[in-house]
Amino acid sequence: MGWAIALHGGAGDIPPSLPPERRLPREAGLRHCLQIGVDALQAQKHPLDVVELVVRELENHPNFNAGKGSVLTTVGTVEMEACIMDGKTKKCGAVSGLTTVVNPVSLARLVMEKTPHIYLAFDGAEHFAREQGVETVNSSHFVTPENVERLKQAKEANRVQIDYTQPIQKDEKNESQIADGDGDSKLGTVGCVAVDRNGNLAAATSTGGLVNKMVGRIGDTPIIGAGTFANNLCAVSATGKGESIIRGTVARDVAALMEFKGLSLQEAASYVVDECVPRGNVGLVAVSATGEVTMPFNTTGMFRACATEDGYSEIAIWPSVQK
Amino acid sequence: MGRWAIAVHGGAGVDPNLPQQRQEEAKQLLTRCLNLGISALRSNLPAIDVVELVVRELESDPLFNSGRGSALTEKGTVEMEASIMDGPNRRCGAVSGLTTVKNPISLARLVMEKSPHSYLAFSGAEEFARKQGVELEQNDYFITEDNVGMLKLAKEANSILFDYRIPLKTCSAGAAAAMESPLQMNGLPISVYAPETVGCVAVDMEGRCAAATSTGGLMNKMTGRIGDSPLIGSGTYACDLCGVSCTGEGEAIIRATLARDVAAVMEYKGLGLQEAVNFVINERLDGGKAGLIAVSRNGEVACRFNTNGMFRGCATEDGFMEVGIWD
Repeated sequence: MGWAIALHGGAGDIPPSLPPERRLPREAGLRHCLQIGVDALQAQKHPLDVVELVVRELENHPNFNAGKGSVLTTVGTVEMEACIMDGKTKKCGAVSGLTTVVNPVSLARLVMEKTPHIYLAFDGAEHFAREQGVETVNSSHFVTPENVERLKQAKEANRVQIDYTQPIQKDEKNESQIADGDGDSKLGTVGCVAVDRNGNLAAATSTGGLVNKMVGRIGDTPIIGAGTFANNLCAVSATGKGESIIRGTVARDVAALMEFKGLSLQEAASYVVDECVPRGNVGLVAVSATGEVTMPFNTTGMFRACATEDGYSEIAIWPSVQK
Repeated sequence: MGRWAIAVHGGAGVDPNLPQQRQEEAKQLLTRCLNLGISALRSNLPAIDVVELVVRELESDPLFNSGRGSALTEKGTVEMEASIMDGPNRRCGAVSGLTTVKNPISLARLVMEKSPHSYLAFSGAEEFARKQGVELEQNDYFITEDNVGMLKLAKEANSILFDYRIPLKTCSAGAAAAMESPLQMNGLPISVYAPETVGCVAVDMEGRCAAATSTGGLMNKMTGRIGDSPLIGSGTYACDLCGVSCTGEGEAIIRATLARDVAAVMEYKGLGLQEAVNFVINERLDGGKAGLIAVSRNGEVACRFNTNGMFRGCATEDGFMEVGIWD
C-alpha cells in the first residue's frame, strides 16, 4: 500500500518520428506535472485535490489539448469540457461547452460541490462560472497559432468526412481521423488519477475536444463512466476516440471488471483496451486502491507519466521496450 | 427466430395521492404506446425503430415530462434532452439543451446516423436540427399551463431548495420538494406535476436490443443542467445482451452508471436479466431513488424501482402484458 499517481496528455497516432522540438516540450510538461502531483501526495493532500491540481497544470500547458492549447471547432472557436470524480463518495462534477473558463476542471469540481446537479453545460455553465467567480479570460486566450493551422489543415484535408450533410460510413465514425497534420495532439485530452496511502481515489479529465468538431459536440471526457470514473476500487481517465470510448463505457468497465469479475487493475485495464475498443482508439491511465498503476493504450502512442510511493516512475510516449 | 419484448416508462416517483383520473390517463397513454410498439415489433420493425417510434409518441403527448409537457428551467423555458442506443454495434446518439425540436429522440437518432459525433448540445444541436430539417416548434408549444403553475409554486415555496448555492441531499429537487410540501395546485398535490422522464426498451424477433430515453429534466433546474437521460451508460444503454432505460434521481443514476451496470453484471457476473435489474436497484444506488425498465436478447422483460411507484408498461410475445403505476 502506498500512494500512486498517473497522468496523460492524450493517446493517438503519434508518429515515432515526432521531431524533438515537438516531443521535448511535452515530455518536460509531463515531468513537471508529475512532480507537482508527487509533491502534493507526499504532502498528504487528498487525491481529489491532487488530480485537480495536476489537471489545472496540464490545462495551463499550451502543448496539450485542454484549457490553453485546446483545439478548435469547425467555426474556429474553443469549447472545453472536463470532469472530476471522487472514488469513495462517487461524487462527481462535469462541464461542457466552456469558452472563457481558464481551468475547466476546477469548474467541474465546483459543480460537484456547490450545485445540486452533476453536469452543467454551455451558457448555463458559463453563467455558473461567473457566479462562482472563477478565473475567466477572453476566449481568444485559448487559441494558439498552432491550433489555427491545425484547423485549416483539417478543413482542407477532410472536408467530406466532417461534413455531416454528406453520408458517412455507419459503423466506423472517423471522428479522429480528421487532421493529417502533425499528428501529435489532434486526439488530445489530459487526465490524472491518484490514490493516497489510505486508499482514497480520484480521477479528472479535461479536453478541448476534437479538431474541427461541430459546435455543440460533447465527447467522452465529461461523461461519467466513459472518459472518467472512480469508485472505491480504482480511478480511471481515458483518452482517444470519443465515440468508441462512450459506446465502450471504458472507464466504468475497468472498474466493473474488477468489481464483478474479480480482475486485478492491470488485467481489467488491459482487457478493456485490448478486447472492448477497436485498435487505435483508446488509451487510459488507472490506479487502484492498493497503489497499483497501469497505463495501457492500443494507439501508436500516449503521452503519459506515473509514479508510485516505492520509487517507481515512468515518463513515456510510445510502448515501452520491455513490458 | 427469437421472441420480441417491449417495456415503456413515464417516470419513477409518483405522488401517493395522484387522483384516479390522472392515473387512468397515464395508464391509457402507456397502453397506447405499448400497443404501438407491439404492432411495430409484430411487423418486424428493428428494435431501434420501435423505441424511437414509441418515445416520439410519449414526447408528443403532454402528460409526461418530455417533449410537449417538459418541466421548466428556472427561467421558465424548456431544455430537453434525449439519447438512443442500438444494441448491435452499440451505436448511440444523444442531445441536450434543445428548445425547439418537437421530437428530441429523433434528433438523437440523427446524431447517431448522420453526424460524425455521438452527442450534440445546445445551439450546436439546434443548428444540426435545422440542417437536418426535423420538425420544429416555438418554445411555447412545449410549455403547458400545469408546468407554469408548478414552476411558480416551486419558486415561491421552495426557493431555498432550488437555490443551487445550498447543496441538496437528494437532487430530484422537484419531486423531493413536492413530496415534503403540503402545497396544492388545482386541488392536487404539486408533485403530480413533477414526473421525471420517458423511455422505451425493446428486443425484436432477431434478438436485437435497443433503448431510448427522453426528458425535460428537473422542474426549476438551472439552465445548462444535464441529467442522466442523455448519458450513455447512465440513463440509457443497449448492447447485444440487453437494453435499459432509467428514470429517477439523475445524479444517483449517473454515479451508479445504472444502465451500463445492468449489462455489466450480466456480462461479467453471468446474472440473468431480472437478477441483474434487482442487483443494481438494490445495491448500486446508495440510497438514491430510481427505477428502470430492461429487456434481454432472449425476449425477457424486467422492471424495478425503489421509488413510490413508477409509470410503466411491458409486453412479451407470449401474450403477457401489464400496465401499472404502483408496486
